Amino acid sequence: MKNSKLSRRLLSTPYAAWITIFILIPLGMVFYYGLTDRTGAFTLQNVLDIMSAEHAKALWYSLGLSLASTLICFLLAYPLAMILAGMKVSQHSFILLIFILPMWMNFLLRTLAWQTLLEKTGVINMLLGFLHLPALNIINTPYAIVLGMVYNFLPFMVLPIYNALAKIDPNVVNAAKDLGAGRVQTFIKITFPLSIGGVISGITMVFIPALTTFVISKLLGGSKILLIGNVIEEEFTQTGNWHLGSGLSIVLMIFIIFNMVISSIFDREGEGTAL
Amino acid sequence: MKKELINLIDISKSFDNETVLDELNLSIHENEFLTLLGPSGCGKTTTLRILGGFITPDRGRVVFDGEDITSLPPNRRQLNTVFQKYALFTHMNIAENIAFGLKIKNKPRSYIQDKIKYALKLVNLEGYEKRMPDSLSGGQQQRIAIARAIVNEPKVLLLDEPLGALDLKLRQDMQYELIRLKNELGITFVYVTHDQEEALTMSDTIVVMNQGYIQQIGTPENIYNEPENAFVADFIGDSNIIDSVMLADELVSILGTKFACVDTGFGHNTPVDVVIRPEDVELTAPEEGTIQGTVTHLIFKGVHYEMEVEAGGFEWLVHSTGMYPVGTRVGIRVDPFNIQIMNKPESQDEEAVPVEE
Amino acid sequence: MIKATAKKVYIALIFIFLYAPIGTLMVLSFNASRTRAKWGGPTLKWYAALFENREIMQALWNTLLIALVSSLTAVVIGTVACIAIQGMSRRGRAVFMGITNIPMLNADIVTGISLMLLFISLGLKFGLGTILLAHITFNIPYVILSIMPRMKQLNPNTYEAALDLGASPIRAFFQVVFPDILPGILSGFLMAFTMSLDDFIITHFTKGAGVDTLSTKIYTEVKKGIKPEMYALSTLIFAAVLLLLLLVNKAPREKSEKTNKTGGI
Repeated sequence: MKNSKLSRRLLSTPYAAWITIFILIPLGMVFYYGLTDRTGAFTLQNVLDIMSAEHAKALWYSLGLSLASTLICFLLAYPLAMILAGMKVSQHSFILLIFILPMWMNFLLRTLAWQTLLEKTGVINMLLGFLHLPALNIINTPYAIVLGMVYNFLPFMVLPIYNALAKIDPNVVNAAKDLGAGRVQTFIKITFPLSIGGVISGITMVFIPALTTFVISKLLGGSKILLIGNVIEEEFTQTGNWHLGSGLSIVLMIFIIFNMVISSIFDREGEGTAL
Repeated sequence: MKKELINLIDISKSFDNETVLDELNLSIHENEFLTLLGPSGCGKTTTLRILGGFITPDRGRVVFDGEDITSLPPNRRQLNTVFQKYALFTHMNIAENIAFGLKIKNKPRSYIQDKIKYALKLVNLEGYEKRMPDSLSGGQQQRIAIARAIVNEPKVLLLDEPLGALDLKLRQDMQYELIRLKNELGITFVYVTHDQEEALTMSDTIVVMNQGYIQQIGTPENIYNEPENAFVADFIGDSNIIDSVMLADELVSILGTKFACVDTGFGHNTPVDVVIRPEDVELTAPEEGTIQGTVTHLIFKGVHYEMEVEAGGFEWLVHSTGMYPVGTRVGIRVDPFNIQIMNKPESQDEEAVPVEE
Repeated sequence: MIKATAKKVYIALIFIFLYAPIGTLMVLSFNASRTRAKWGGPTLKWYAALFENREIMQALWNTLLIALVSSLTAVVIGTVACIAIQGMSRRGRAVFMGITNIPMLNADIVTGISLMLLFISLGLKFGLGTILLAHITFNIPYVILSIMPRMKQLNPNTYEAALDLGASPIRAFFQVVFPDILPGILSGFLMAFTMSLDDFIITHFTKGAGVDTLSTKIYTEVKKGIKPEMYALSTLIFAAVLLLLLLVNKAPREKSEKTNKTGGI
């Protein structure tokens, strides 16, 4: 027994060291920088700076666009996941593949391709013109950013919902019908509540990257629209005010933690978080 | 005979071009405990699901109490189902599970409360209202599944291998419980199982199925004592199925030896299958037997000894309270009444199943 | 019938949405015109030019090297960590798993800047080494996430049986435990490799001047316009992966179906 205890400690120590050095300490440093000024004195100024007109606007933009794209992702993904879950078991791996495959094309290039598709003279407008429909001028607007977010993060909404739905025993749905529930009642009372874990983790997996992105806004929003991610990125790579950048990151982390708390309430068993 | 409640008429169903049921006809009577028995893939579950409304047959009709319900969706049928592995709603507590069907039907609160109490009492789980399904044992979940179905006062309860996931002891307890429930409720049970012992214990009527066809319908005694073909004989209990020739009425040649029997009407020199249950084979001193042989295996089974006797080129399976050591010369005698004569199988589904060992 | 058609149309629309940009990139890789705004007729010259372009080739090499080394390292650390975590008390397990999941749940930008701050304060020289450390860090959770469920299913008696039959602990692990968790290790590796290959944000904060992966190279090119060779390269990578997946899926059909049922991603 003693021996195995020792070997366990031998196994866990290196990993404990790793996560301390590469996860906990770096996070601690973000907090340290965020809560101090250049002289090293404690201050809340960096965090409170989120209230300044410019930063507050960026945060509002980020919240608005990420909530919109999370909602759109959900509305697109749920029916899709239901259709996919209704397909034969032998096709399941194929389904996963369809959604993972685009990841093998570089994420920046994929997003940039939307420029080509959306431009005034782009592919989509050519098609619309061909059909005598009015042109779509959304490139470099918030709409293009939402589209980019939905495009990039849709798979993260589909897969957890799909997993949750595929796990439901078909007999549970049959049982509801057997007990007199119609289609709509069965969906509201059985199918949806049983898939809520997947929905919540889907929301988390879309909302957080959308809220914190700086790439999509840069590629599809022109340089006009600054999201909170863009502000933080610039503090680190251009302005060089790490204290302010860290302070604003702490604000982001508050949202992330808030989101995690909510999802842990709904997703008690920790199911559905996996891809 | 009691009134016919359900009639399945010429039901056929195939999945992916594979025929699962072929022109099946079956009548289910009021207040009957009817069991669909057969190996997996025999069509028993499909039959049950057609009754429940989860599958629509390709051809044929389902008539319930004189009314054609073939295309009626499950939520509008007066039947309820107890599903394999229970299918409880894991996001609701026990009371909510049981109340589900009643709430859908907008029953008043006080009625629902009374029904929950009554149903939990009926399945011996009083006080479990607030528990979640995951916190219950398999046997308890099974009882809740039954309670959830019966509060809706169905005329027929469909049970799809409900005891399959339980261990042996619990399964036996639940068998008695189900018989008691059925008697208290006074409704029809249609029960699906592959376990012949379960079927024999509980049923009023057993329907033996194989490869989409009904092989035999009868009481448990009837099915056990007078199997109509090799499949039924083989599937229900142990048996010796021997290739024989019916020489004349009441006389059969088994392994070249003449045995007296009680069956008539097979004609002269007709090839038949003979079924003799192991407990019906009597071992005697060699000179007293109709045919002689040697004991080759001996196992103590508790209530009896199981022996194999090599006689006439056939390994006879014998259950006997008397013990004959391996190597003993014995005689075999069979009461004419215990020799069951069957026609040779006309199709594959009537054949005995090769034993996999 | 109408419903079935509606379903198919819906799936098709989503499919077009997901793959339209990819199709666009592929078309652009054959575009003779240097700007993406104009179609100048078909050509293969970018494919030829690609292999001449030392910067792109270097970035490709860096990307693959980082993906391979970081995911392999993450697999080793992750597997050992899984064994360690499995042997812990409930509470220890919860703490370790909670910390492990942080890089996955946290925003990439925060993970990126936090590692950047760490590397600066440690005085590390920014380059391949810092990118590698960062990638290993965010890859480990994916590995642990795919191995842990397998680990939980493992029957502890088999390991003990191996010890009982005289195997040393290390031998018992490699002969009894390892084969059982191998599918988890493989899918964890693939996952980590994919994540590392596709990462831009964390690399962006942890790379040094002059060292580029494909992602960061593309990002710097955004303003001046993407070199068409880049389209050619990503088309080649995509085609190669697609081909590989088709081969894997086609060859041992039944076998892969079985593993998919139990494991998968």
